[in-house]
Amino acid sequence: MSNPDIKHDQIHDDRVYFFDKPRNVKILMRVFYALCALLVVLDFVINRYTYHPWENLWAFYPIYGFIGCVVLVVIAKWMRTFLMRDEDYYDKPEERRLHEISHARSVEEDHHVGH
Amino acid sequence: MWAIELPPFVPFFIAALFAAVTRGWLRSTILLLAPVLGGLHLMTMPEGIYWQTSFLGYELTPYKVDSLSLIFGYAFHIAAFIATLYALHVKDNVQQVAAPLYAGSAMGAVFAGDLLTLFVFWELLALTSVFLIWARRTSRSYFAGIRYLIIQVLSGVILLIGLLFHAADTGSLAFGAIGTGSLGGWLIFLAFGIKCAFPFLHTWLTDAYPEATPTGTVFLSAFTTKVAVYALARAYPGTEMLVYIGAAMACFPIFFAVIENDLRRVLAYSLINQVGFMVVGIGIGTALSINGAVSHAFNDIIFKGLLFMTMGAVLHMTGRINGSDLGGLYKTMPRTTLFCIVGAASISAFPLFSGFVSKSMVMSAAIEEGYDWVWLMLLFSAAGVFHHAGIKIPYFAFFAHDSGIRVSDPPINMQLAMFIAAALCVTIGVYPSMLYSLLPYDTSYNPYDATHILAQTQLLFFSALAFVWLNLRNMYPPELRSTNLDVDWVYRRLCPTIIQGFVARLAVIGELNNALVHKIGALSPTLARQFGPDGALSSTHPVGSMVKWVIILLAVYLMLSFI
Repeated sequence: MSNPDIKHDQIHDDRVYFFDKPRNVKILMRVFYALCALLVVLDFVINRYTYHPWENLWAFYPIYGFIGCVVLVVIAKWMRTFLMRDEDYYDKPEERRLHEISHARSVEEDHHVGH
Repeated sequence: MWAIELPPFVPFFIAALFAAVTRGWLRSTILLLAPVLGGLHLMTMPEGIYWQTSFLGYELTPYKVDSLSLIFGYAFHIAAFIATLYALHVKDNVQQVAAPLYAGSAMGAVFAGDLLTLFVFWELLALTSVFLIWARRTSRSYFAGIRYLIIQVLSGVILLIGLLFHAADTGSLAFGAIGTGSLGGWLIFLAFGIKCAFPFLHTWLTDAYPEATPTGTVFLSAFTTKVAVYALARAYPGTEMLVYIGAAMACFPIFFAVIENDLRRVLAYSLINQVGFMVVGIGIGTALSINGAVSHAFNDIIFKGLLFMTMGAVLHMTGRINGSDLGGLYKTMPRTTLFCIVGAASISAFPLFSGFVSKSMVMSAAIEEGYDWVWLMLLFSAAGVFHHAGIKIPYFAFFAHDSGIRVSDPPINMQLAMFIAAALCVTIGVYPSMLYSLLPYDTSYNPYDATHILAQTQLLFFSALAFVWLNLRNMYPPELRSTNLDVDWVYRRLCPTIIQGFVARLAVIGELNNALVHKIGALSPTLARQFGPDGALSSTHPVGSMVKWVIILLAVYLMLSFI
């Protein structure tokens, strides 16, 4: 699976692993596509019993799975526009509070020592 | 003989006691023996009531065994053994004592025959498990632990109030079917709902679990929510509202899981999603659906534990858990990668893996009972599970772009624990009859027919195809360092801000008040002299003078009575 922001420059490792070879990735993907095609074809070969009329629609499960996941990702990406904050969004006030607590405690201890 | 009737929590509490004072291989042996001996002992127990006592006129049954509690008991013993083995290298006393106490509390809750005993173990679950979060010893885990504890204890308090109402209504504390017919029933339902991570009540889970220690999260994922599922299955089977609550639980977390960067938080969202399937099964309430819910809980304890173990191994070895920091680990962690893929295949319900044989029961029951829309939602979330837990977790941790991190597989005890869990996932997937024989109802269910296998495989392969297609078109959301707001924003940001604003307002009012006092003083010096700080009417009187006057008054009264 190709990703445009591949950074190979950090690797200090001479060995070439299985997925480092683009040829292997390509073979794997071809096998995967072939299996997908085979599964759709099997829909016509295997006589399924169905509980529900929708299941009789042409390639119901493959289409539902594909569209469902695309919709899922598109909505999730859209949710980022209003849900995403900095990584330390909650941390700053919490650390300030922790600091206040520990500061108050140390002042109190000093006070006791002073007496 | 007394030993025969020992409740299952006792070995764990004894092990915790010894774990506090022993070290090294002796402690390891004791910790491992508790679930082994406890589990073997449980297998010899026929169904029945083993301990009954009376308290304030109510009949209490602290130890009761039936087919429903037994299957959860087995699952908990297996989970406790695997998680203990996984955590064997940990030297931290706090964790090694808290973990068996926590596991024991779960046993106690599951074998409780009355609501008061359930309440005691319900609160013990909260009190013991929070130490597995605090043991991370970061400021994040400190605050997450406090929030977790508050919400968990609140759930217990609501349970207590509910059971008091229930006892007043029915005159019995027996833990059986309760139903939502009364106020007590509703309160108990709410208490179970909090621990079960119902929508809007779920944030304690996604907040705290990812902040626990690498080994602690494995324990946490097994017990708390499953005890709640067990309690719902016992008290509220066939409550129709649970069908819709469960469907919502199965669907909404997957959206958050897709954009979440912390991979253990992704698993926490996925945990809610899986519990959703169980809640739907309980809500439908037929023999098939309850069996589906219970067997899915059994399987989830193992495969979710396995996934948390593999991510714990990654965190333990690399010190990182964000998808944006990881990738390419398959090169030097081949075994962990393999275990993770087995866990991912199980949670995604691939044929021949454990999730398949239980999830399909709930879905079949939903369609048989005419819940068409719920069935479609479950189908969507089944595809979504594969998307975030099945592909995202292994892909971003072990494959994706190479992060350049080169670490070996984790210590041998962690590998062994993951191996046992993975082996169980495959064994249950291949021989489901082993699991089915433990189920509370007799149903002749066969998951392996051509229809089911083909439908499920098609659904999963085309979900994977969607992932590939989105990735190739660069439409897949990249892993970003970020915090995503959830309902916990209300109590972590909104309420504190409101309260701070309120306090600031009060300060302003206080200043106004002071100014007013000065104004009045300037207007009337006589009044100020009487009522001011040193005025006669503002002076305080010692208690002694009051006693003196009381004595004088009483003496006068006494004298008057003689006249």
